[in-house]
Amino acid sequence: MDTVFEGEIRYRQYLSSQGDPLSALPVWAQQPEWLTHCYRNMVLARTMDNKAVALQRTGQLGTYASLLGIEGIDVPLGLLMHPEDVLIPYYRNHACQMLRGMPMEEILLYWGGDERGNAAEQQGEDFPNSVPIATQSMHACGVATALKIRNEKRVAVTLCGDGATSKGDFLEGLNVAGAWQLPVVFIVNNNQWAISVPRALQSGAPTLAQKAIGAGIRGEQVDGNDAIAMREAIEIALERAREGKGPSLIEAISYRLSDHTTADDATRYRSNDELKKAWEHEPVKRLRTFLHKQGWWDETQETIWQDEVNSMVQSAVERYLATPPQPVESLFDYLYAELPEQLREQREWAMVKAMKGGTHHES
Amino acid sequence: MNHEAITLLEAVNLALAHEMEQDENVVILGEDVGTNGGVFRATAGLKERFGNRRVMDTPLAEAMIGGLTVGMAAQGLKPIAEIQFMGFIFPALEHIICHAARMRNRTRGRLSCPLVIRAPFGGGIHAPEHHSESTETLLAHIPGLRVVVPSSPARAYGLLLSAIRNPDPVIFLEPKRIYRASKQPVLDNGAALPLDTCFTLREGSDITLVSWGAMIKETLEAAEQLAEDNISCEVIDVATISPLDMDTILASVAKTGRCVIVHEASRHLGVGAEIAATLVEKALMDLQAPPLRITGYDTVMPYFRLENHFMPNTADIKDAVRQTLEFV
Ligand SMILES: Cc1ncc(C[n+]2csc(CCOP(=O)(O)OP(=O)(O)O)c2C)c(N)n1
Ligand SMILES: [Mg+2]
Repeated sequence: MDTVFEGEIRYRQYLSSQGDPLSALPVWAQQPEWLTHCYRNMVLARTMDNKAVALQRTGQLGTYASLLGIEGIDVPLGLLMHPEDVLIPYYRNHACQMLRGMPMEEILLYWGGDERGNAAEQQGEDFPNSVPIATQSMHACGVATALKIRNEKRVAVTLCGDGATSKGDFLEGLNVAGAWQLPVVFIVNNNQWAISVPRALQSGAPTLAQKAIGAGIRGEQVDGNDAIAMREAIEIALERAREGKGPSLIEAISYRLSDHTTADDATRYRSNDELKKAWEHEPVKRLRTFLHKQGWWDETQETIWQDEVNSMVQSAVERYLATPPQPVESLFDYLYAELPEQLREQREWAMVKAMKGGTHHES
Repeated sequence: MNHEAITLLEAVNLALAHEMEQDENVVILGEDVGTNGGVFRATAGLKERFGNRRVMDTPLAEAMIGGLTVGMAAQGLKPIAEIQFMGFIFPALEHIICHAARMRNRTRGRLSCPLVIRAPFGGGIHAPEHHSESTETLLAHIPGLRVVVPSSPARAYGLLLSAIRNPDPVIFLEPKRIYRASKQPVLDNGAALPLDTCFTLREGSDITLVSWGAMIKETLEAAEQLAEDNISCEVIDVATISPLDMDTILASVAKTGRCVIVHEASRHLGVGAEIAATLVEKALMDLQAPPLRITGYDTVMPYFRLENHFMPNTADIKDAVRQTLEFV
């Protein structure tokens, strides 16, 4: 029999877990500017994340999905996407959202149970967080179709987890992206767990990147804890999509360093040993070590930046906590472009009930 | 044998374990149901007890879960699938509606789908977006399905046993707001409670209050408080919302002449509308006032900061009762 197809998935990594180059670095990585900028934003993201978890623990935020462990993926992505590109995120991409201009207090507002956290004007045409797993993959293809039809040099970028790749939605997205050669980039944050279900139980395929092969698109696996490798992979994928050369799938290997959300307790299903090992590979320390070794960053800079970041986060938290809830009529006011006559009465009741003396008055 | 006071959640677990013990065809599948014992712990300990051939952590894919249960059930297994939250059932609906609900009918009884799909539903726990909706009416509209909602630990145990033993597909919706709200002694003796029938939780003579699921809590509270003003409420827990036992409700309204229906789901085309319509069709002469509905609004379920505005409360129910009683 003849071989009619052969496929291959390659793994991209530049930095060892100890922050040492494993091969010649790209030219841009031989300069401090971009990487220190990237590092600063990773620290900012992590500081925001710590604060958000603390807010949840003290009853000041709702169930929150921590970004711990995704910094090496989201920060390079946020820095590399063009403002006019479209982000179609899942629920763990706050770091990328921040870099696309979304104020931190809006992110907190979202996780504080307020729809206005989906409404920041800085989000432009970006999608709100997708909570129903993997549905966003096809929305990204729809966005990309619009961009393609209009001949625009813009890219749709969508992210999801390893668990999400099991859903038809994800595979259907890959398929149409390949069939139509859409300007879309799929990034899978393979953090090894989908709540309690380990990566190995999701698929018999040894890599998730190889799902691209079945869809006829490019796929590669990247060390998601290595910001340099992530920039390379993302830049190539964005450029190709922008130039009409088709979609890509990037499987970024990372690790969920947090519980699934603040509602979860990961000690029920994964070992402390595994978690401790994962911390040895984490993205922020890896980049910091590299920067230190290059002489591009030192302890003094670290302290100054950490102070600055703390106060940025603190003032965002204050703005968040000072945001009063929406009025009850907001339940009705964004349902349709114009409220149908039929709903006016319910809107009135809702307002009356929320008034002093009403059954739903909250002081 | 278990006489301990347990929560609704523990009662679900107890019923699952009981049926797995009794019938080796009973299998459990879903996301995080194995090692983790379910995100709410409904299947806690079952994988350890019955092994991973019978308690299966599936890949993350609801369409697949729906489709698998159809295939398994047609093979004579009794699959119990957990959909992690009702808001994520939609990919499975094609399998539930186009296949499970009509396999028996399509094949004139040659094949059937004795499956149970469990899903937590409803608001009030400050959950993320898409985690708090009450869309039971979508399922209740589908011929061939049963839709069952327990409102206490004992009914969760007894109704789930019936659901599992039932030869047809049952959607078993668990009101997560009361998963751990109260405890009740439940005897683990395998005694099922009947499906397709309402439960009268409190007898009364002035008005009939009809509800199901978590809202039973507020409905009973309202009845209790109104009793202090000498208003006597009969409280009916619908329990199986499809097929709907109108006989119990009609008999009650024949006695009281008045009815308030309470549900958390949106009003438009809710199960309350079906109940009210049937009352008007069949009991117009018994009614001394129009049946009233206390429901969620016809809006998207608000994200949690405003969710209390959406959810009916005890005061709303009391107001509706008084309004109905004052009708002349
Ligand atoms: C369609 C759907 N099913 C189930 C859920 C519940 N759920 C939320 S996150 C999650 C696991 C997701 O894992 P993965 O895709 O690996 O992303 P991660 O959270 O690990 O980043 C599940 C099952 C959901 N949100 N949507
Ligand atoms: Mg994951």
